Amino acid sequence: MLRLKNINTYYGKVHALKNVSLHLAEGEIVTLIGANGAGKTTILNTISGVTPANGGDLLFQKEEIKALAPDRIVKLGISQVPEGRQVFKPMTVDENLELGAYLRYRARDPKAEILKDKEEIFQLFPRLEERRKQAAGTMSGGEQQMLAIGRALMARPKLLLLDEPSMGLAPLVVQEIFRVLQRLRDERGVTILLVEQNAKAALKLADRGYVLETGKVILEGAADELLENAEVKRAYLGKDKKEIWER
Amino acid sequence: MKKELIKYAVFALCILLAPLVFSGNYLMNVLVFVGIHTMLAVALNLLLGYAGQISLGHAAFFGLGAYGSGILSTTYNWNPWLAMTVVALVVGGLAFAIGFPILKLKGHYLAMATLGMGIIVYIVFNEWVAITGGPSGFSGIPNLELGPLVFDSDLKNYYLVWSFVLGCVLLSVNLANSRIGRAFRAIHDAEVAARVMGVNARLLKVQVFALSAMICAIAGSLYAHVMTFVAPPSFGFNISVELLTMVVIGGLGSIYGSFLGALLLTLLPEFLRFMHDYDIVFYGGLLMVMTIFMPGGLVRGIPDLFRKITGLKNKKGGAHA
Repeated sequence: MLRLKNINTYYGKVHALKNVSLHLAEGEIVTLIGANGAGKTTILNTISGVTPANGGDLLFQKEEIKALAPDRIVKLGISQVPEGRQVFKPMTVDENLELGAYLRYRARDPKAEILKDKEEIFQLFPRLEERRKQAAGTMSGGEQQMLAIGRALMARPKLLLLDEPSMGLAPLVVQEIFRVLQRLRDERGVTILLVEQNAKAALKLADRGYVLETGKVILEGAADELLENAEVKRAYLGKDKKEIWER
Repeated sequence: MKKELIKYAVFALCILLAPLVFSGNYLMNVLVFVGIHTMLAVALNLLLGYAGQISLGHAAFFGLGAYGSGILSTTYNWNPWLAMTVVALVVGGLAFAIGFPILKLKGHYLAMATLGMGIIVYIVFNEWVAITGGPSGFSGIPNLELGPLVFDSDLKNYYLVWSFVLGCVLLSVNLANSRIGRAFRAIHDAEVAARVMGVNARLLKVQVFALSAMICAIAGSLYAHVMTFVAPPSFGFNISVELLTMVVIGGLGSIYGSFLGALLLTLLPEFLRFMHDYDIVFYGGLLMVMTIFMPGGLVRGIPDLFRKITGLKNKKGGAHA
């Protein structure tokens, strides 16, 4: 469904992504893990067109999308849940969700369909329905994250890009959100690319994973294999530190 | 939406009936200026309050409208309505063209660029003596006519200007509550998020800039025909700042707030005449007090104040009992 081949992205002179190659099959949940500054967010921003790639190929459903503007990419079926949620704080929950369907309104999608999708999102996250007339900025972090995901879903994406949805949230809330992601894949067949610091939770949810370090993919494999990988355990799961130090 | 309609109807009714309450040429004349300033403030509010893009050069568009209309209808004998339309479109197109490079900038840099634009336009008004009349101004601009009706008295001009204001407010309220208006606010609040929702932030910013400029140009045309005389100082940097003040004092992101801001800042100087040049001190003080105690502007600050006062009374009553 999505394929990155030798993608290079620069921020000015900083070489943020170095020959990154990865792929997602339809209906897969794939996670990107790595330390701060490894380039995880940059990969998502490159896919969504916010920081376009300078070299390499970026194929979505066999179509080159590297040079497309973000709105074109959303139209093709890729939605991003940006880092730090970035809900529109002064706007209500309802308005935030309607903004998620921005392009569908413009394309004159039947309004009933859009409203139906909104109701479905309220089923997915009942807490959002309770707060639908409330300004998004007044909600808790977890609720804002749910809203950010709901907002992205309003565009009816085939591929959902999530940037650290667990950031700053209580473990129980993280569990709730991850369960919804699982449901989205299982029930609706949404393909998910998940960037996470919480490597353990992410690898438990995902089918496959990629490990990034300083802009390069250094490891890839099935999620359960990565969970058992000694290097991953040491660096990202915080296990077996003792043994390694004593060696 | 229904609430918006009622608000608008009340506003329109007040405007319509105001001349019954307030009369006299002087007051009507002041209210004509309130109307023109309201248009300008609403235009700037669309850009600043909704889309979150600052402009310190909006007086330039106002001036281009005024001079454009004045010159075309006087020197070249164009029909004033035609001149107004053409000038609005040209100014809108111009703003669209310069919007692309300028609106790439953010924050202080955008302020500087628009400031530069305003200064350039001001210099052209001042120096291009053959066309604009230079510092001594441009006079002899005809009044607008509509069939047998000539807009030559203050009362007639009041209705002329305010019908434009009502149109402009209706357009802006509708726009603000539409999909596009939501997108503006989204760009304002979180641009990256808006972009990954499919909002073409760059184009929208340029579009709202152009629309804002067009409204200013129309206000300028009206100004020229009402005053029948234009001179560069009416379109200088201080006017741009005054517009900004109206928007902020009225309330960012509130169309009716812009009206309140325009009303206050147009009436105030009239009442402060007795202070002569010291009115600027009062002005500055007011601005400071407003930003400290009513950061949301009049439109949010007054209801808050009201609530506080009534809340206080209730509390006192409770203490007695």
